[in-house]
Amino acid sequence: MKLVMAIIKPFKLDDVREALTSLGIAGMTVSEVKGFGRQKGQTEIYRGAEYSTNMVPKIKVEIVCDDGLAPRVVESIQQAANSGAIGDGKIFVLDVGQAVRIRTGETGETAL
Amino acid sequence: MTLTRKICGLAGALVAGLAIAHPAFAADMVKAPDAAAMAGMVNKGDVAWMLVCSALVLMMSIPGLALFYGGLVRSKNMLSVCMQVFMIVSVAGLMWCSWGYSIAFTSGGDNHFFGGLSKAFLKGVDGTTMGATFSNNLYLPELVFVVFQMTFAMITPALIVGAFAERIKFSSLMVFVVLWSTFIYYPMAHMVWYWAGPDFLADAPTDAGLLWSWGALDFAGGTVVHINAGIAGLVGAIMIGKRIGYPKEPMPPHSLVMTMIGASLLWVGWFGFNAGSNLEANGVTGVAFINTMVATCAAAVSWALIEQFHHGKASMLGAASGAVAGLVAITPAAGYAAPMTSIVLGFVVSPICYLFVAKVKGMLGYDDSLDVFGVHCIGGIVGAIATGIVAAPSLGGQGVFDYTVFPAAFHPEAYDIGAQVFIQVKAVLFTLVWSGVGSAILFFIIDKTMGLRVPADDEQQGLDLTSHGERAYNS
Repeated sequence: MKLVMAIIKPFKLDDVREALTSLGIAGMTVSEVKGFGRQKGQTEIYRGAEYSTNMVPKIKVEIVCDDGLAPRVVESIQQAANSGAIGDGKIFVLDVGQAVRIRTGETGETAL
Repeated sequence: MTLTRKICGLAGALVAGLAIAHPAFAADMVKAPDAAAMAGMVNKGDVAWMLVCSALVLMMSIPGLALFYGGLVRSKNMLSVCMQVFMIVSVAGLMWCSWGYSIAFTSGGDNHFFGGLSKAFLKGVDGTTMGATFSNNLYLPELVFVVFQMTFAMITPALIVGAFAERIKFSSLMVFVVLWSTFIYYPMAHMVWYWAGPDFLADAPTDAGLLWSWGALDFAGGTVVHINAGIAGLVGAIMIGKRIGYPKEPMPPHSLVMTMIGASLLWVGWFGFNAGSNLEANGVTGVAFINTMVATCAAAVSWALIEQFHHGKASMLGAASGAVAGLVAITPAAGYAAPMTSIVLGFVVSPICYLFVAKVKGMLGYDDSLDVFGVHCIGGIVGAIATGIVAAPSLGGQGVFDYTVFPAAFHPEAYDIGAQVFIQVKAVLFTLVWSGVGSAILFFIIDKTMGLRVPADDEQQGLDLTSHGERAYNS
């Protein structure tokens, strides 16, 4: 099993979710996060006092899927979240040791 | 009923109703009417209007000022600012009835700095006693005047808290407000606004406050309210010291929506403040009303334009700040200017205030958290001095009435802009020294006895939790 973790632009979330459901992905976890990369933050000015916020708001999407599906998941996120501009985000793929469905106690890929 | 004779009018100004300017009525005028005669010289329209104005000015403080300031602090200090304003309003109301009104609005005899205690605890003031207006033989029930002026005594100390928001010790602040109102505000109100009244001044030409006697014009409180509070705030901000982390750490406003709501409530309430300061519902009231409206529009536009040119973006906070600067600037001039000169005044005040909040504050390094000095004191100074110019009848202004004769006379051709501006400057300097030095003494005493500032831990955790045991937002 793989954990696909994608940091994307907030307004791309719907596109990514649609692309992934069409692949048959049955669930995902989404969180609002902040961070920075190459994209520079905004400058805020309050009565002349300038604050440069270097943390940019992003959305983190986490999906666990079986090994075979992982490359297609990565590919569809990469396409759906791409706006061609700096700050589109990153995708990370990690190995997952175990998965358990809490209600039934099922383990492994059947728990996904 | 001799107590009722000498009630001041507001505005040190010599604005009178149409009746006195009309010779046909002059013959019927009663000089120095007694209480029974005064009772027949009340206009129900004036009474209704002044009661509405009193409620409007209360709305400026709560929730207007509380939200305007509250939105500008960090969320951990939101309730502390709201509570400070709310408690100051409540305490100021009690003090006003107890001794404030008497100190401000009874005759001081040969002393022109403050009045006496003859009306302390509203002794002798009831539903039948009368207060003067700006027209001969026209009176306002005294309790209506008491409550209208009370709302001014409430908002003025509340304005100060913005200068040292996010670090002041609550109990010390309340003690400061009691002392400051008593020793700075009430005498200041007396000096600018106390006079014997249009039916009595001719017989007692020296029975007026110090600045009133100079001929200083302050229609609704440029000196008494805004310069007075603004300089007290600056002195407080310097003596209490900067917030921890200022100016290195970002301290962005937590809700500019609240600030916009607060500024808008201030704008609406300010009609009670400025137009109400005419004490009557007549043509001059209308002048003060429209001047307040258009000066504010102009100042909001000019602040937005400066930001557009300076930063490439016009901000909501800038528009709200500009509106308040415009309201402050038109306050002393409201009943004297004409609409078009008010617009010029509005356009001029924003760049000057902007310079102070965006440049001078940073250069000098004081931490006036919410720009009480930069907006209220500077805006008040601009307005107070400009009043000498815009009041000129040659510029469409309303001019001044001569109350040393009975009935009051009006000589528009005698108005001297240079001389009036000189008096205005003198009044501004006097106010800066009176409130600046007085406030410094009070802050010093409180600092040495109670301490002015919360402990560093409390400041970092936020005053809502550490001073008041509650949180503004629980989610």
